[in-house]
Amino acid sequence: MPPPPIRKISLDAPPTVVHVPPIPLNGNGNGNGHGAPAGGLHTPGPPSSDAPVIERMRCNAVTIAYGPKVAVNKVDLPISQGEVLAMIGPSGCGKTTLLRSLNRLTELTPSASRGGVISLDGQDIDLLEVTALRKRVSMVFQQPNPFPMSVFDNVAYSLREGGSKRPRKKELMEPVERALTRAGLWHEVRDNLDHPALRLSGGQQQRLCIARSLAAQPEVLLMDEPCSALDPISTGKIEELILELREQIAVVIVTHNLQQAQRVADRVAFMYLGELVEYASGEQIFNAPQAQRTRDYVGGAFG
Amino acid sequence: MSALATPPPQPGSAAPPPRRTRARDSATTWPLRDRIGLAFCWAAGITLTVVALTILLYMCFKGITQLRPSMLVTHPSGAVDQSRSGGFLDPIQGTLLLTAIGIAIAVPIGVSVALWLVEYGRPAALARAVESAVDVIAGAPSVVLALFGLSFFSETFFSFMSFRSEDTAFGRSFMVAGTVMSLIALPLIVGATREALLQVPNHVREASLALGKTKASTIRAVLLPAVRPGIATGTALGMGRIIGDTAIVVLLLGNTLTTQPRDGGIFGLSLLQGTGSTLTSYIYGNSPVGEGNAPQKAYAAAFVLLLIVVALNALATRIARGRRKDTAWIR
Repeated sequence: MPPPPIRKISLDAPPTVVHVPPIPLNGNGNGNGHGAPAGGLHTPGPPSSDAPVIERMRCNAVTIAYGPKVAVNKVDLPISQGEVLAMIGPSGCGKTTLLRSLNRLTELTPSASRGGVISLDGQDIDLLEVTALRKRVSMVFQQPNPFPMSVFDNVAYSLREGGSKRPRKKELMEPVERALTRAGLWHEVRDNLDHPALRLSGGQQQRLCIARSLAAQPEVLLMDEPCSALDPISTGKIEELILELREQIAVVIVTHNLQQAQRVADRVAFMYLGELVEYASGEQIFNAPQAQRTRDYVGGAFG
Repeated sequence: MSALATPPPQPGSAAPPPRRTRARDSATTWPLRDRIGLAFCWAAGITLTVVALTILLYMCFKGITQLRPSMLVTHPSGAVDQSRSGGFLDPIQGTLLLTAIGIAIAVPIGVSVALWLVEYGRPAALARAVESAVDVIAGAPSVVLALFGLSFFSETFFSFMSFRSEDTAFGRSFMVAGTVMSLIALPLIVGATREALLQVPNHVREASLALGKTKASTIRAVLLPAVRPGIATGTALGMGRIIGDTAIVVLLLGNTLTTQPRDGGIFGLSLLQGTGSTLTSYIYGNSPVGEGNAPQKAYAAAFVLLLIVVALNALATRIARGRRKDTAWIR
C-alpha cells in the first residue's frame, strides 16, 4: 500500500481573505447562525438557540502592534449576543491579542499600540471609563486564577466597590448564589463557601472564575482558551455552560481545539498571521471553508 | 506503539528484573577529579551540620546548666557577687521592645518599597536607584549604621526621640535604636515581599483588572493577601536580625544594665525615650571581655537568645513552606 500523499502548503503564498459578510444590526435577517448544511460532509455543530441575535460589539479595521511587530492587522469583526463566536488559528496568529483588546487589557502591555475602532453598542470603547468597560466586557483566562480568598469572597469581589469588605456577606448571599448557580458550581461549594478558593480542583476553580465574571453581570464574556488546562469532564461542564450563557450575553471564546470550536461555536473567525482569513458560521468553516488557508487549517495540514 | 525500554516481566516471576545502570553513571568509574569533587561536597555538607550541631549542643548544655528560672523574672543589678547580680528580665524586655519598634517601622516601609518596585517600578532609573539603596543598606555593617545613627540623632532636632543633654540630643534611646534597627530588617522584608510578588502570575492581576477593578484595589484585595506569607517570612527573618544585633544596641540604646525610662515625661513615651539593654548587649557585657565578667549569666542568656532566634527561623521556614502548598496557581 503506497504511503498517503504528502500535502504541501506554501506558507508564503498570499492568503485568501474572505470578507466579512455584512450582518444586519439587531440580527433579524441571519437567524441563529445555522444555514442549511453546505452539502457533502456534515459535522454537527452546537444545538441551535432560540435567542435573538443582537450585535453588541464590532471591530473596525483593528490593528494592534507590539512595538514594530504587527500582531493583528486590520480586522473587522462583529460580536453578537445570542451566539458564540470562536476564534481559531495557529499559535501567534493574534487571536488572544484581539480578544484582550476587546476590554482594553492590551493597554497593560507598555509596548502595545492599537489602531482602528472597537465599539460596544455603537460606542467607541476608548471613550468609556476603562473600569466601567471591563465590568461590561469581562474576561476568563487560560489558567484558573481564583484570588487568594474564600470561595464566597471571590465571587463577591466583583460586586463590592474597590477592594472593600462591604457590603457584608448577608446582603451579597443572593447574587453570589445566583452567579455560582449559573456557573454550575453552587451544588459543589454551597457548604464550603468559606474555604480558600485555591483548594478547589482545577475545573472548579475555572468555573469559580466564570462565576466571578458573571456576578458583575457582564454583557460580553471573553474566554481565552478556558479549557486548555482542564480535564475532559470539567471541559464538558464549561462547554455546556457556554451554550447556556449565549442566550443572555455575547460569548467570545479563543480556542486551540478545533473540535471544541465545532462543539460550541455558532460563528467562527479563523485568523492567520494577524489577518482575519475567514469569518462564517461554524457549519461553513468546518464543512465548506471558502479560503484555501482555512481549508488547510481545519483539514489539519498545518497548525 | 509500545516501545518499552525494558521487557515486560514474565508471568510467574514475582520479582521485577534488577534496574540496569550504565557503567559510567556509577561514581566508582568517574575520573579522579570528579570523585574528589563528589567527596568534597559530601564532606562539606556533613561538616557544616556537625559544626551547627556542636554550637547548638554546647550552648544548650552550658545554658541549661546555668539557667535558673528565676533569672527570667528578676532585674539585673551591678553587684560583683554573682549570687546577687540578679537575672536578665530587663534585657529580655528590651529585646522584645526594640524588636517591636524596629518591625513596626520596617514592615510598612519594606512592603511599600517592594510593591512600588514590582507593581510600578517606573521610571526604570529610579527603580534601579531604589534597588541599589536597598542593597547598600543590606550590605552596610550594623556598626556603621549605628555610628551614623548616633551622630544623626544627636542633632538637637531629634531630641524628642531621646532627651536633651546640654546643647544636643542625647541620641541614645529605644526609639533611636529601633529606628536604626528597622534599617537592618528592611532589606529582608523588601526581598521576601518582592519575591512573593514576583511569584504571583500576571494573569491573576489581569483577572482582577478584567473585572473592572482599579490597580489600587487589585493590590489591596488580591496581591496583599497573596504575599502575606512572604511578608511574614521577611518579618520573621528581620526579627531574627534585630534580636541578634549587638552593635546598634551598644551604641544607640545607652547600654544601661536596666531599663531606664527618661526622667519625667509622659508614661510610655518616656520608656521609648529612655535607655536599656537587650540580651545581646547583656551577653556582651557579661562575657569575659565585658565589664560584668559573669560568663555563667552570659551562657544562660545566650541560650535564651538562641532559642528565640532558632524558633523564629523555624517559623519563617514553616511559613515559606506552607505558602507553596496552599496558594499555588497553575502557571
